[in-house]
Amino acid sequence: MGLFIAQLLTGLANAGALFMVASGLSLIFGVTRIVNFAHGSFYMLGAYIGYTLMQVLPGAVGFWGAILLAGIAVGVIGMLVEILVLRPIYRAPELFQLVATFGVILVVQDLALMVWGPDDLLGPRAPGLRGVVRIMGEPIPKYDIALLVITPFVALALWYLITKTRVGILVRAATQDREMVGALGVNQAWLFTGVFALGCALAGLGGALQLPKGGADLLMDFNILTAVFVVVVIGGMGSLPGAYLAAVIISVLNVFGVTYLPQSTLVLMFVVMVLVLMVRPYGLFGREEVAGEHGQVGEPERPIKPAGLQVRLLVAAGVAALAALPLFGSNFTQVLATDILIFCLFAASLHFLLGLGGMVSFGHAAYFGGGAYVAALLVTHADTPMELAFLLAPIGAGMAAIIIGWICLRLTGVYFAMLTLAFAQLLWSLVFQWGEVTGGDDGLLSIWPAPWLSGTTAYYYFALVLSVGGILFLRHVAHSPFGYALRAARDSERQAEATGIDTRRVRMFAFAFAGMMAGLAGGLFVFSKGSIFPNELEITRSFDALIVVFLGGVKTLSGGIVGGAFFKGVEDMLTRYEYWRLAMGLLIIFVVIVAPDGIVGTLRKLAERAGLLRRAEDET
Amino acid sequence: MKRKTFLKGLMGAATLAALPLTAMAQEAIKIGEINHYKRMAAFAEPYRKGIELALEQVNEAGGVMGRPVEFIFRDDQGEPGEAVKIAEELMTRDGAVMLTGAILSNVGLALSSMAAQKGYVYLASEPLADSLVWESGNAYTFRLRSSTYMQAAMLAEQAAKTDAVKYALIAPNYAYGKDAVAAFKENLQRLKPDVEFVAEQWPALFKIDAGAEVQALERAKPDAIYNVTFGPDLAKFVREGTDRGLFDGREVFGLLSGEPEYLDPLGDEAPEGWVVTGYPWYDLKDGPGGEFVAAYQERWDDYPRLGSIVGYMTAQSIFAALEKAGSTDSEAIREAFSGLQLDTPVGQITYRAIDHQSTMGAYVGKTTLRDGKGVMTDWEYKDGANYLPSDEEVSKLRPAD
Repeated sequence: MGLFIAQLLTGLANAGALFMVASGLSLIFGVTRIVNFAHGSFYMLGAYIGYTLMQVLPGAVGFWGAILLAGIAVGVIGMLVEILVLRPIYRAPELFQLVATFGVILVVQDLALMVWGPDDLLGPRAPGLRGVVRIMGEPIPKYDIALLVITPFVALALWYLITKTRVGILVRAATQDREMVGALGVNQAWLFTGVFALGCALAGLGGALQLPKGGADLLMDFNILTAVFVVVVIGGMGSLPGAYLAAVIISVLNVFGVTYLPQSTLVLMFVVMVLVLMVRPYGLFGREEVAGEHGQVGEPERPIKPAGLQVRLLVAAGVAALAALPLFGSNFTQVLATDILIFCLFAASLHFLLGLGGMVSFGHAAYFGGGAYVAALLVTHADTPMELAFLLAPIGAGMAAIIIGWICLRLTGVYFAMLTLAFAQLLWSLVFQWGEVTGGDDGLLSIWPAPWLSGTTAYYYFALVLSVGGILFLRHVAHSPFGYALRAARDSERQAEATGIDTRRVRMFAFAFAGMMAGLAGGLFVFSKGSIFPNELEITRSFDALIVVFLGGVKTLSGGIVGGAFFKGVEDMLTRYEYWRLAMGLLIIFVVIVAPDGIVGTLRKLAERAGLLRRAEDET
Repeated sequence: MKRKTFLKGLMGAATLAALPLTAMAQEAIKIGEINHYKRMAAFAEPYRKGIELALEQVNEAGGVMGRPVEFIFRDDQGEPGEAVKIAEELMTRDGAVMLTGAILSNVGLALSSMAAQKGYVYLASEPLADSLVWESGNAYTFRLRSSTYMQAAMLAEQAAKTDAVKYALIAPNYAYGKDAVAAFKENLQRLKPDVEFVAEQWPALFKIDAGAEVQALERAKPDAIYNVTFGPDLAKFVREGTDRGLFDGREVFGLLSGEPEYLDPLGDEAPEGWVVTGYPWYDLKDGPGGEFVAAYQERWDDYPRLGSIVGYMTAQSIFAALEKAGSTDSEAIREAFSGLQLDTPVGQITYRAIDHQSTMGAYVGKTTLRDGKGVMTDWEYKDGANYLPSDEEVSKLRPAD
């Protein structure tokens, strides 16, 4: 019994920091609809700033003052980020802002390294709270007790702020209908800024509060991100009580998982999330998301049409240039071009899902890595010839997509996105944990192409034909009746249903098709690198593709490809310099601000203004 | 003195004086070095400084084969796929003669697989995975640092000397943690068949829930604990464990826990009485080990970490292999590495012909607090050669040859 109580208390104490970070993310999403990938970075900043302040400020007052000040400082930083980076792009397509927050992550990582150095910092102890108290004979650290007391106070204060004050009323109103709030004369811009700052301050507070239990290090931003997303989704996006309950559930279950199922540490959280979303599709306290309820911001999308002669000639010239690359480019140029082509195909497959299908997948790496693993497993365990293994890569990935899609497509919007993320994580943990078959994180090695493809140039042509072919096929499908049906389902589900389109089946097919094409890219990838590791299934890989699609332009057909080529090309150049993450982050933020329609969308507008392209409305 | 001899002497002196100059004028030998400089900055920076120190020393002394040596440092973001791409660029465009680098095992394995396919020589400096030289070993890959198996075997030897019978294990839930646990179990059971393993805890890497792990370990009531966690996980584990009295009256064996990279961030909360592998640079005053520490501190105004000595020895190994090969041809370098012997700050090491693992050992000692910092005392340098399986077993482990 004593142990049980002690475990419960440990779980509740752990829930503290998690709740604060998650509630901040939830608030920000609820009001501004921004999926803030950089939330972990604000948490990290809170820890570092808190650490520095604790070195300066003496005694108990200094310690608690430092935590408070760290929260405030991070809030101010959040405010600056909102004003400088996010405010200019509120009218961009939905979810576009997450690209900007991704840029912020990179910038913060390098700045933290510059300011605080590479070494891990051990968090200072809370004065007077070192050691344990015994509860029924079990030792409980005093600081855990402090956290147990503090967290409900923060939660109550937040609850009071949201339910009892005028600011809170405005925040709740904006969560439900921000257009209306704006129409009633409330200064939306400052409301958004305020909420964003508050959310960041909470993340900073969480970071500073966990110092006595850990410390500050440069990996903590990404390490907390998934847990926070899971908590927010289980609780229901935008719901504070939900976030609190979910943080407690996850933390307590984790403590028991550690004791009774020690191997479960990787998957437990995601299994819980999948189960909750199966029963309550919008989290414990969330409300159903209706597409367009919050007003699709930005200008209406223009209908896509087959490329004109001009564009076709341009594409043909581009492909011809690529085909001639081995004649004038070096060996490495071909290797680099192969990498870029594969990534472009991967991005294009996500773009198909996202742009045409309106399905935001946060777990697209599952099919890219999945395809690669199918091929690698066949080669390793069944000595399958490369050609056959390669063929089975897209098929395997497509099958995985069918299974995952079948479950995820019950949901829409951000919940759909999070469920795809959860499945990608489950697949990742399966590969990671099942060392005997998949090699765990030591991966599968010596997965090389057949002899006739082993030369760099031969493989380059192989990748060129399949990538360009795949991309053209994706485009072709977009213009087929199936593509029209898909877009109809995206734009107006009810009308599409009324015209006899089985929207669920259409989405299902689209999901499987996009998964297949990602699997094709994965198959190309594994044979070009000769080895495969769980990295290719990680969240970061999914995010890479997502960033690229938005960066290129969601509402254009070629957004994924252009974004992919741009991102990979720039990355290859920048990683040669020491502070490349800073440069990359600033560049992404810069592109996002000057090109809120994505690179392709903005270029097209410029061309139209200059008279190089005909305007959409001129066309018949 | 005859005029002729005088002239000869003069000419000789002139040639000697001009030699370093011509060496510098000659084209540099380039080595490709790929690492996670950003993602693992705390480890990669000292490592790089170690390499640069060795590089400056060798170039001041006239270079290798009369040519200066240059390292091209590249960041791979900790991604195996990126590392493979960069390796190709280094070898085919930048003119590197061989590759080295990587801390993460998966990046090391990706590079080794590629090295075998393309016929590039790769010296894995820091990756610890046993499979790098065994299950997945190949003709073109060599490894410097003492592997997971070797270091776990050293700790198992120490553990077998104690009275502890019931062991609890805690290791990060990924390949390194699993290897480290398997090797420790295997060696300990061989040395002391009556040991019992009463708990195994597998926290996710860098996401440890330390309070819960400590409760779970305590629940098993072990006599001794074997710890494989490191980095921020170790800090949290030590803090919760100390607070909750987990380590009181128990033997604790910590893999890598004595390395300055992991021990120093703990400050005055470093655990006392743990048996660990690590690097006690503060006690190395004389001999080659002391000279290295002094030279490093003089050059960088900072003390060496384990990464520093590995970086330094990586560069040394490469210079020695190049000298032995007498050429920058991949095949020649590969043959030179096999069985290569050289003197390093930790003593003489050999790159074993049988599995390409160097015999670099590790320092094993007990942790204690000195001037508010964790240090190792009663340490001893253990030669890696004594902690490897027998040749027959190694041949069985290494199917590729």
